[in-house]
Amino acid sequence: MRAPLSWLRDYAPFDAPVEQLTTAFSELGLVVDGVERIGADLRGVEVVRILDIRPHPKADRIRLVDVDRGDGDALQIACGAWNMAVGDLVPLATIGTVLPGGMEIGRRKMMGEWSNGMLCAPGEVGLPEVAGVDGLLILPPGLAPPGTPLAEALDLRPDVVFDLDITANRPDALCMAGIARDLAAALHLPFAYPELDTPAVDGSLPRAAITVEDPDLCPRFTGTVLAGVEVGPSPTWLARRLALAGMRPINNVVDVSNYVMLDVGQPNHAYDFERLAGGGIVVRRAGPGETVTTLDDVERSLDTDDCVICDATSRPVGVAGIMGGAASETTDATTTVLLEAAYFTPMAIARTGTRLKLHSEARYRFERGIDPEIADRAVERFIGLLRESGCPGLRRGATVDVRADDQLPTPPTVLLRTERVNALLGTSLGEDVIAGLLDSIGFATHHAGDGVQSVAVPPWRPDSSREIDVIEEVARLHGYRRIERTVPSGERTAAGLTAYQKQRRAVRAILAGAGLSEAWTTTFLAPGDLERAGLSPHAVEIENPLDRSESILRTSLLPGLLKALRFNADRQEPDLRLFEIGRVFEPPAGDAVVPEEIETLAAVASGAGVDGRVAARIWAVLVDALRLEDLQVVAGEVPGLHPGRSARVVGPDGPLGVLGEVDPDVSAGYGVAGRVAWLSVDLPHLLGLPRRSLQARPVSRYPASDVDLAFVVADTEPAAAVHATVAAAAGELLESVRLFDVYRGVGDDRRSLAFRLRFRSPERTLTDAELATIRSRVIEAVAAAHGGELRA
Amino acid sequence: MTDPKPQSPDHLAEQVAAAEAAAADAVAGASSPAELGRVQAETVGKRSAFARLNTTLGSLDPDARRTAGAVINAARARVVEQIEARRVVLAAAERHARIEAERLDLTEAVALAAGGESSQPVLRGHLNLVTQTRDELEDTFVALGFAVAEGPEAETDWYNFEALNMPPAHPARGMWDTLYLKLGAPETVLLRTHTSPVQVRLMERQRPPIYAVMPGRCYRRDTPDARHLPVFHQIEGLVVDRGITFADLAGTIEAFTTSFFGPDIHSRLRPSYFPFTEPSGEFEVTCPICGGDGCRTCSGSGWIELGGCGMVDPNVFAAVGIDPDVYSGFAFGFGIDRLAQVRTGLADMRALLDNDIRFLTQF
Repeated sequence: MRAPLSWLRDYAPFDAPVEQLTTAFSELGLVVDGVERIGADLRGVEVVRILDIRPHPKADRIRLVDVDRGDGDALQIACGAWNMAVGDLVPLATIGTVLPGGMEIGRRKMMGEWSNGMLCAPGEVGLPEVAGVDGLLILPPGLAPPGTPLAEALDLRPDVVFDLDITANRPDALCMAGIARDLAAALHLPFAYPELDTPAVDGSLPRAAITVEDPDLCPRFTGTVLAGVEVGPSPTWLARRLALAGMRPINNVVDVSNYVMLDVGQPNHAYDFERLAGGGIVVRRAGPGETVTTLDDVERSLDTDDCVICDATSRPVGVAGIMGGAASETTDATTTVLLEAAYFTPMAIARTGTRLKLHSEARYRFERGIDPEIADRAVERFIGLLRESGCPGLRRGATVDVRADDQLPTPPTVLLRTERVNALLGTSLGEDVIAGLLDSIGFATHHAGDGVQSVAVPPWRPDSSREIDVIEEVARLHGYRRIERTVPSGERTAAGLTAYQKQRRAVRAILAGAGLSEAWTTTFLAPGDLERAGLSPHAVEIENPLDRSESILRTSLLPGLLKALRFNADRQEPDLRLFEIGRVFEPPAGDAVVPEEIETLAAVASGAGVDGRVAARIWAVLVDALRLEDLQVVAGEVPGLHPGRSARVVGPDGPLGVLGEVDPDVSAGYGVAGRVAWLSVDLPHLLGLPRRSLQARPVSRYPASDVDLAFVVADTEPAAAVHATVAAAAGELLESVRLFDVYRGVGDDRRSLAFRLRFRSPERTLTDAELATIRSRVIEAVAAAHGGELRA
Repeated sequence: MTDPKPQSPDHLAEQVAAAEAAAADAVAGASSPAELGRVQAETVGKRSAFARLNTTLGSLDPDARRTAGAVINAARARVVEQIEARRVVLAAAERHARIEAERLDLTEAVALAAGGESSQPVLRGHLNLVTQTRDELEDTFVALGFAVAEGPEAETDWYNFEALNMPPAHPARGMWDTLYLKLGAPETVLLRTHTSPVQVRLMERQRPPIYAVMPGRCYRRDTPDARHLPVFHQIEGLVVDRGITFADLAGTIEAFTTSFFGPDIHSRLRPSYFPFTEPSGEFEVTCPICGGDGCRTCSGSGWIELGGCGMVDPNVFAAVGIDPDVYSGFAFGFGIDRLAQVRTGLADMRALLDNDIRFLTQF
């Protein structure tokens, strides 16, 4: 909402410096997005008349123009514009002028010819550009005698425009009066509407025939016939205010309509009375499938929730409260109008506007709730302004006011407890102070008992209906800044991170320590991403994605992390180790309405020397660091992974993840070269697994004995199984067992697995004989369980 | 070698002097501690000239033997002294030579290990900037006595809007561009537009007192730009207890601001509107980049707008069955990514989504 300061001054004498006004707005909750200083200084710019235009002897694109500054002499100016003619009034920046853009005008020679100043385009004198016109600002004929300062001729006093961000709860601040009311209260200035000056009702004019068939949609409708309208340009001051407020001036009827809306917040509409069949209006629900062509020349299809404005023959001429129709629009030939100022039910307007995807200033205000009583002032303001705007012979008929009081919102009276105000705000405001604050913005207070006042909420504040709403006004006007700062003193029972949150942090630290950097990828996938990753396409879809490439909720972190690998590889960073902890979404099962969300840990590695074993190593680090036990890695095919290089991680209560190498077709499909290691685990499941106890074990003082054993076993025998057999057979003197070498040069389909077993007793040094016994026992066990022979 | 024979004292003195001179030469000529060890054995050991001369004393009368012995021992002692002095010199020289030979350029090793912004994770991986910021925020609030709660990212309309005082078609819903899921009836299941649904869930399952922050991922149907991502992270705080005031809200935000950013950074509140709080506010903090002097990050104002806050609206309490006459509360929330952006001077937030290793390893 753009609010010119000059306009706000119609309501209160705002003379404070701009910075102070900006601060006051901000502290009221009317956030200032920008402050624009307008027409700062046009000293030196004059109105001149063009006397002669002739070619420049040496330049094609420049012409020489003689102008009259009021003294009758011809002053030569060189000019590159082409839109002017002899006799036109144009602005001249005289020598010595500094234009708003900072350009300083001097007497200079252009290709050998003197130019004694510069003729100006609208932008050069800080005025809005005129659509479709390129070149000088051509002033209205007879605007002012040549030599008149431009600022005086156009009434271009410097101004300031505040660009305010009005929150959704404050429809009252969508007009100058509302903004001024708040600002005046904050600055302790008197607020008053300007006097109205309108002609008396002309009884000879027809009364509009207004019928409201559905008052639930339109609780109030006023219609006033105005005759003697002459459509033409608006006065400069009015057009300028509209332009400063961000609306393009069109003609006096349209401009006055917009002006009244911006001024007092009442959207309104002027119908060409002659083009309204039957000389009246019917307001009703639309019929199913009924259509209306709106002002923007689009045919809109309506339904029975929509409110339409019809002529007296019930033919639709506009979508109520949102946009008028083409058929009853005013034209240059219009002489009689029917002025509509109504109150439409906000929810109905919101519903229709959303369904038709139709935005307008009127809808914006109606759906937030306008002041249902402001129509009277708006009508008078409209008539007064239109008469001043080129319609001196304007005559008005009586205003027909159709209102259904049972459907109109009734401004509530709220009981406000002083004690409650202070208890909620942490203040100690007296009843009189509170009353003073509220009265300043039109909330009428009356003492209603001990510590209680009744507060009559004004009709322009539909957001305010409860005690808490009124307390908010007290806080706002008292000033948040002036509220003391304390901290709650209540006892805290559950502060801190949960066990899961702590362990999740530990997992991150472990993986970062292991050399993996943390990525976060978007939750959205493109159609086909899952299939391309070898995964099921069964996933939740987004109804209204911003882009089709972001229309699927991920069921796996694999596509996102493969994209990250590709992104980096494209930037000469192929050697990568990344992990991510993020939610994946499974379509709802059974009666569930929302997807199942699984917080998933995934790790990915690519680059030189990487294969599926990197994933196994990362897994081993996690298992060790988290002290997990009873976990198995079971080889088997996993969707998306290399069928011969994939395994599932299985805990005591079932599988919880996968590891291995990404299927070469999948990585190639994502444009990632080389082997990609992959690990993915259901994190809550992982962190819910039993841990090895933290019981301290004494460390032996006796020396250890190492025994190395290499077994030749079939490739199909998992190393983990042989490892388990070795560990079981070695008995209780075994301290550790480690697979330290795998050698494949022992023949087809077989490999050698070399284990280092370390034995130690807590009580004595082990004897060679003891070790020999254990060694044989291990060899026999591996032979029996896996057919493994000791490698020679 | 001659047999031991009685010697004249003069002759013996001559021999001792010769042995001492020879020994002194040998000691001075030793060039390493090892060689000095050999010289020591030769000059003062059991087979040395001094030892040999001692054996010749047996034939002398006791007085003469005592005198001669003293001469030999004195000479030998002088040689031992020279050896020890020489040893100190040689040991120092040898240590010096070794140190010089073993000199390492450790800056080279540091440079190699750090690897600059190279992709090779030589020493460690890096936690994501967003995670680090979130952890730090959580820790700050935990120190202020808050718990950390989480909730689903896919939500029903009830939790995201209706329970938060936004009935269907409420105009305030337009404040958030919502992404809906193709599940159930149209526009009933959505991706949460803020972390506020976690407030509702928390109040449903836990009676006051509640002191919790709720970090998590949120979604809006926004075109990504330098300051907005459609997928982003928020942290939200909720306090519900007896006697909670707006002053407590302002004080808690100030306590957070100073403990997170440092003692020179302060907060201020101004009125705003959220359907689920009343009174509502926006809070700003002193620009942490310029300390309030005004810079590009804060558009010259000295303040950075951080988030929204307010007293929990009684309608929200009604939706979760908490009596607003007994309890009151406040809530506040802000963007984690946005905060990270402000603190690190990150020009374009979209860099967070690229997972470019050259970016990840900066933090």
